[in-house]
This record gives sequence, C-alpha cells and structure tokens, in this order.
Amino acid sequence: MRIAVQAEVFDPGAELTRFATGRTDLGAVVTFHGVVRDLTGDLTGMLIEHYPGMTENALNKVAQEATDRWDLADVLIIHRHGTMAPGDVIMMVATASAHRNAAFEAADYLMDYLKSRAPFWKKERRGDQTDWVASKAEDEAALDRW
Amino acid sequence: MDVLYFAWVRERIGVPREEIETKAATVADLVDELRKREGRYDLAFSDVTAVRVAVDQELTDFDASLDGAREVAFFPPMTGG
Repeated sequence: MRIAVQAEVFDPGAELTRFATGRTDLGAVVTFHGVVRDLTGDLTGMLIEHYPGMTENALNKVAQEATDRWDLADVLIIHRHGTMAPGDVIMMVATASAHRNAAFEAADYLMDYLKSRAPFWKKERRGDQTDWVASKAEDEAALDRW
Repeated sequence: MDVLYFAWVRERIGVPREEIETKAATVADLVDELRKREGRYDLAFSDVTAVRVAVDQELTDFDASLDGAREVAFFPPMTGG
C-alpha cells in the first residue's frame, strides 16, 4: 500500500507500471486518474488546499478500510495539492486483486470517499476571479452506496 | 488549543491557525464563543450547516466534546478527487 500527498507533478503511466509490474499475484488492476477539466474554455488555473497530517491519516484509513473489505493485493493513492493548470493530473487511485470485481469495486469506493471525506479543497481561477468549488450533494449521497 | 481554518473559512477569519484559550465543552460552545469575539468569526460561522469540523484530525460533528482536544479545525465540505 502506498499513499502519497504531494505538490509534485507525477506520471500516472509510470506509477501504474511501478505498481503492477513484476508480480504474479495480481489478476486484475484498476486505475483511475483525475484531471483538471475546463469545460467552459476560460479556466486559467486550479489551487488545491489540504490539511497536512489529517490528509495522510484520512487516506491511510480509507485505503485500510478498502483492504479490509475487499480481497486486495495492493492499493495506491497519489493526490496533489498546490497550483495546477487545465489538463494537469490531480490524483490517481490504483487497486490490484486476484479478481476484477474486487479491484473495480474498491477503486469506486476509494474515489467516493476521496471526493467528500479527504480534506482537500479546490479553488478555480478564471482571469482575475477565484472561486472555491462547491461540494456536490450527489458526491455526499454516493457514500450511501457503501 | 490550536484552532485551524481552511479554504473560505480561513479567508473569512483571516488566519490559517491560532492558539485559543477556552473552556468550551463542545465544538458548538467554541463556535458560540468565537462568534461573540469579532465580526469576522460571526461571518465565518453564520451558517454552520456549511462548515465541517475535525477534532484532533478526525472528522466529527458540532456536538463533539473538546475534553482533552489539542487541535480543532473548521473548513467547508471537502472537494477532493
């Protein structure tokens, strides 16, 4: 299990290779990575603030809960903070298991918890204006699935 | 105890962290105490349904006890992922 909270840019492809190569106990690997999106064409940047200490604890806890709940061989979570540009990778989750259902479900569970239980806050910049991204009721409701 | 603020709560209060001497028994008592201090706290906590709280880095609610707490943090609903 590896949890990283970092300002540095990372390459999800290279991380996936490192995560999944050279093992014979993995029948299935699922990855998700989130990207700074700009659907209106005017986003100039994104700032992600976090709560050092609590962030790492919260990510470790949710990764441990996923490992307890599903038969996982390994879990990877990388989440960036600081300033980013449209198209930049924000975070990634990878899960590995002997079987695909466990890997898919655990990755979905991790993402639902990361969205509304990990202490990150996004702020979008458009020109001179900055706005905190509001949480979505559907993200909170998604936790009821688990 | 150390009181921390994040995102727009931090911006409204004007500092990321401060040490506060308090005898507040619960988070809600601490919020009431802060709101009486100055307008910037009153503004930040004017709608507590929009604010989340962690005591010693564990997410909790406003009824939570502060007995033995070292660190309390206030912030908006999280937007990770």
